[in-house]
Amino acid sequence: MDEVLLRSLTPSVLAVLVRRGADFAAAEDAVQDALVEAVRVWPADPPRDPKGWMVTVAWRKFLDATRADAARRRREDRVEEEPAPGPAPEADDTLRLYFLCAHPSLSPSSAVALTLRAVGGLTTRQIAQAYLVPEATMAQRISRAKRTVSGVRFDRPGDVATVLRVLYLVFNEGYSGDVDLAAEAIRLTRQLAASIDHPEVSGLLALMLLHHARRAARTAPDGSLVPLAEQDRGRWDIAAIAEGVAILQAALARDRLGEFQAQAAVAALHADAPTAEETDWVQIVEWYDELAALTANPVVRLNRAVAVGEADGPRAGLAELAALDASLPRYAAVAAYLHERDGDLETAARLYHEAARKALDLAERDHLTLQAARLNTLLRS
Amino acid sequence: MAKYLLLKHYRGAPAAVNNVPMDRWTPEEVSAHLRYMQDFADRLEGTGEFVDGQALSPDGMFVRYDGEGRPPVTDGPFAETKDLIAGWMVIDVDSQERAIELAGELSAAPGAGGKPIHEWLEVRPFLTAHHTVTE
Repeated sequence: MDEVLLRSLTPSVLAVLVRRGADFAAAEDAVQDALVEAVRVWPADPPRDPKGWMVTVAWRKFLDATRADAARRRREDRVEEEPAPGPAPEADDTLRLYFLCAHPSLSPSSAVALTLRAVGGLTTRQIAQAYLVPEATMAQRISRAKRTVSGVRFDRPGDVATVLRVLYLVFNEGYSGDVDLAAEAIRLTRQLAASIDHPEVSGLLALMLLHHARRAARTAPDGSLVPLAEQDRGRWDIAAIAEGVAILQAALARDRLGEFQAQAAVAALHADAPTAEETDWVQIVEWYDELAALTANPVVRLNRAVAVGEADGPRAGLAELAALDASLPRYAAVAAYLHERDGDLETAARLYHEAARKALDLAERDHLTLQAARLNTLLRS
Repeated sequence: MAKYLLLKHYRGAPAAVNNVPMDRWTPEEVSAHLRYMQDFADRLEGTGEFVDGQALSPDGMFVRYDGEGRPPVTDGPFAETKDLIAGWMVIDVDSQERAIELAGELSAAPGAGGKPIHEWLEVRPFLTAHHTVTE
């Protein structure tokens, strides 16, 4: 049985229940119960109409749960009538679920958890494993999130930017446990792109595909980080790159530039270079200029300093860096790299060591420690 | 979303404000303290922020490798209270501000006289195991 196909039915089935008058929290639980039953029943007895089966079973689960709750008898009378689904097209329903699960009243971690469950169809246990927290904690996080959005009207459109931020968070979490969150984020963004025509949704999807394409090359067999310049480009996923570039080009052609499109453009220029030396750093600097105009995020200017260092030489990069706040995350790592390129190995070694102490990512810390050790060994010989 | 360790130890930090050792509290004060800790953990589970919490026995020993084919060397315990790690809690929160807020609440656990201990807790972020998009 294709579990991803099954989970892809989640948002539309959930939307049908909500349209029939079920409250969101109860409908969401019912859909989860139906997913569990599908996993049990489908392998031996696959339905001809998977979505129809899911709607029927989820609705029955919902009615069972509602009946069991005597305090809610009055509501049961209402839902027993089974009103017909509304006339709105299915794509709108899916879209509204994304908006609801990314609602601004939710904290980022709650929005992520709720999206993975109600839109992604993952179980609480899978989400808990992915984020390395106890299942009971994740269950509470999700039920609190459901309570938080319980008063939000389902038929009101939201801001797509909030949804994109949540999906980007999921993507960046990578993977642990048995769920590949990066792949799941791509699936959910693809599904969103099918529901709404928006260049930034395409931009984010392109960005994810272009980064994901490099994943196999980004890690050495021993788990250590391989920097972009040293990656074996033969291990990049050509099909994902081609898809990402095509999606990005179509989005850019619409002339409504946004942050994700600009970031994807940088990623596309890296993906486009047959070797690290052939990277078009001048164009990358231009894209960082576009990004800096779109966002005040200082990390953009830090990345721009790296690109300037490649395009115009390390001294130019260091001059850019001098204008930035030294307390920025990864500032010391960037400074170390530029000083090494400039031939000042002692300063570089000291800064790599400092950067390693400040790193919050284990693989990145190990990588920076290795750089410091490499330079210190060179300096001793 | 980041995990933080709230570490209760006695290394380097100034003394707590309400610095009466636990063995000189009344039994009711000890119970109130333990109940506060349990309630705190329960509340964090309720907010979806609890990961783990453990208390450690003060009795421990030092162990090190002593060469091929030889049993490890043990030594201690070195019963210096200033080096004692009493326990920890791991939380998963949205921001460093939230981690600090929670550590502040934990530090308010009642001690002698039922008054907050105001003890210093060390707050340390976990290193994450995943790669964020940083290239």
